[in-house]
Amino acid sequence: MSLLLHGGQLYADGVIDFDLGRLADNFWALTVDGLTYGAIYALVAVGYTLVYGVLRLINFAHSEIFMLGMFGQYAMLMLLGFYPSGNAFDKGVLLTVVYLCLAMIGGMVVSGGAAVGLERLAYAPLRKRGAPSLVFLITAIGASFILQEFVHFVLPKLTGGELGGVNAQQPIRLVVPTTQFTIFGADVTNVDLVIIVAALALAFVTDRFINATKFGRGIRAVAQDPVTATLMGVSRERIIMLTFLIGGVLAGAAAMLYTLRVPSGIIFSGGFILGIKAFSAAVLGGIGNLRGALLGGLLLGVMELYGQAVFGTEWRDVVAFVLLILVLMFRPTGILGESLGRARA
Amino acid sequence: MSTSDTPDATSAKATSAKSTSAKATTSRPTSLPPAGRTPVAQRPHAGLGDRLRLWWDALARPTQWAIGVPFILLIAALPVIRPPLLTTVGTDFGSVMAQFGMVALIAIGLNVVVGQAGLLDLGYVGFYAIGAYTVALLTSPDSPWNLTDDWLSNDWAWLACLPVAIAVTAISGLILGSPTLRLRGDYLAIVTLGFGEIVRLLADNLDSVTGGGRGLSQVAYPRVGVSEEHPNGVFSAGNASGTLNAGVWWFWVSIVLIVIALLVVGNLERSRVGRAWVAIREDEDAAEIMGVPTFRFKLWAFVIGAAIGGISGALYAGQVQFVVPTNFNVINSMLFLCAVVLGGQGNKLGVIVGAFVVVYLPNFFLGRTEIFGIPIDGNEIANYKYLFFGLALVLLMIFRPQGLFPARQKLLTYGRELYVAARAAARKVSGAGDGSGRADAVPAVDVATEGDAR
Repeated sequence: MSLLLHGGQLYADGVIDFDLGRLADNFWALTVDGLTYGAIYALVAVGYTLVYGVLRLINFAHSEIFMLGMFGQYAMLMLLGFYPSGNAFDKGVLLTVVYLCLAMIGGMVVSGGAAVGLERLAYAPLRKRGAPSLVFLITAIGASFILQEFVHFVLPKLTGGELGGVNAQQPIRLVVPTTQFTIFGADVTNVDLVIIVAALALAFVTDRFINATKFGRGIRAVAQDPVTATLMGVSRERIIMLTFLIGGVLAGAAAMLYTLRVPSGIIFSGGFILGIKAFSAAVLGGIGNLRGALLGGLLLGVMELYGQAVFGTEWRDVVAFVLLILVLMFRPTGILGESLGRARA
Repeated sequence: MSTSDTPDATSAKATSAKSTSAKATTSRPTSLPPAGRTPVAQRPHAGLGDRLRLWWDALARPTQWAIGVPFILLIAALPVIRPPLLTTVGTDFGSVMAQFGMVALIAIGLNVVVGQAGLLDLGYVGFYAIGAYTVALLTSPDSPWNLTDDWLSNDWAWLACLPVAIAVTAISGLILGSPTLRLRGDYLAIVTLGFGEIVRLLADNLDSVTGGGRGLSQVAYPRVGVSEEHPNGVFSAGNASGTLNAGVWWFWVSIVLIVIALLVVGNLERSRVGRAWVAIREDEDAAEIMGVPTFRFKLWAFVIGAAIGGISGALYAGQVQFVVPTNFNVINSMLFLCAVVLGGQGNKLGVIVGAFVVVYLPNFFLGRTEIFGIPIDGNEIANYKYLFFGLALVLLMIFRPQGLFPARQKLLTYGRELYVAARAAARKVSGAGDGSGRADAVPAVDVATEGDAR
């Protein structure tokens, strides 16, 4: 963030310091930075949006699924023989990519498994009882507490203090951010490239999966009309599990990418704010709408950093929430509208 | 329900009037809609809660007061008596009860929003924070507003701040509610969550308005009972030792405020406003079509809930005498919601019990080394409080989603009884037409008239 501070003091005499110059000076750097965050928000937002599309449920615990993904990829790296160190491991480009892929798979497995487990243990019993949506939301909040406290207290006991606990994990560095090239004077590092390329690839695969495969058609059918979908031979329960699995897997992938960007962010409480923002991104784009979530994520990431440049670092979260409230006030169904089912029949 | 259970079919099949009568009478409960409720006295499994409620509702107002006041006095005396098993070991029981009083007040306020009107508010801590900050900004010497010698100087009394805090939080409820209450359900939840976080971040970042992350110290408190022993009065944080410490005094203040809040909220529930809230909660579209101005009543619920949260915030600021943004994390909102859901949404006495559980249980285990002779590590258990709350919430939602003490909505009950009566009357008509004077048609009519009488 140091590049954002060059415009002078963050605090001025006014109540809220306001400096459009900082935005103008760093416009492209902020855009690149914002796109990397936005890509991560977008991947997490897909999990919210798919579940909402199919179940009309805010899976409040999705932020904790993401948090578990961070620990999952960390555990995978430890299993591969890496350990926390100040310097980055130098394994060469090809091997590093392989290790990153393995770490991502570790995150995906943990997150995907946790998401499906959450669905089976917490939400499926409620569905059988036909509980109202408030009950689902409160269950999700409870599950969120459980998962956080599990990592906070129980995980360190299970792993002998290696994982979890009060403090953030010491970062395992595989990649040193080095500038690869510049766009309009903005540095683009290898980390930025990895995040954006990986996120775009995953987003593309997910989009194809939802829009062009049999399973995707099942998801859209259940989102559009669960009863008719069931009559047409779609197993609603299996589609719901699949939806949670996709959301969890993408959250796990996003978790790995996030730890590249913020290596010291692996902590039990690290998912909460990011989850809320990713949900905001999903709402921004139109919840239930896959492409809306991707667009909303990128938009939120970029706008947040623009706001941060104008008002100062400490206003970043406020900018995100105010943006959410403003969008909902003027366009209550988001930018692209709610339509997972109606996306393409 | 099988067709042979309906009176018409049995009357057609049966040969003897007596056997039909017996069959029809026994099969009656299964042939009624599941929502049908018979009076409590006739119900085979009327629970203790139902009996208690019925007994209480049947009492006259003065009798209710005659029973209620000693009960409240008993509760108020708890931190003085300090019953051996009930009292806390690791922390002072008086301050635990004071904390309980504040959370109970919050639960009553949040219950209006969540339980009565059915608006899920995840940012309730924002109103709590605004109430606390109003008092702190008016009275703390650190307050950036105190530089004037005008009426904004820091010599406000705590009690004088209370109405201001109520007004400010009510207005902030209006400001948040008027744009956002047009949103439904889940959207409202996430927007209020954002609001709660924004309030905290504003308190943290606006150094020149709120004092920023350092917080505001030396907030005013009522200077009552000044003596040689207590040079700053009994409400001062300096009065920390002994049985009658500041915590107990604050608990008593909160009891008074809780009783007032309960009276206000109870009257609102029984009024047109309360009926509108129930209608909105059960089906907003239907309420709107029936002519309930839903937006206005939702806004009312929000404003009233916010104002009660503000009172609690003012209590907090006075008791702790120090206000800092980190005390108003969103996680507190979840805990408040926990209290409401645990106690039973819509039941204003139940949510008080919920508040007690949420506040008391972690403190109960704090510092305890044994319970009933079984050695435990109390501090460790108290550490896990969020884990247990999470588990409790999930299990409660699966097995008892209505909470420990669910609300009985008289209005809904009345509606269901009308429905049952109408069904019974319809059966009477069809039964009479089908029976055509046969003797075995009589039992069916009997059943119907019995249903009517209810």
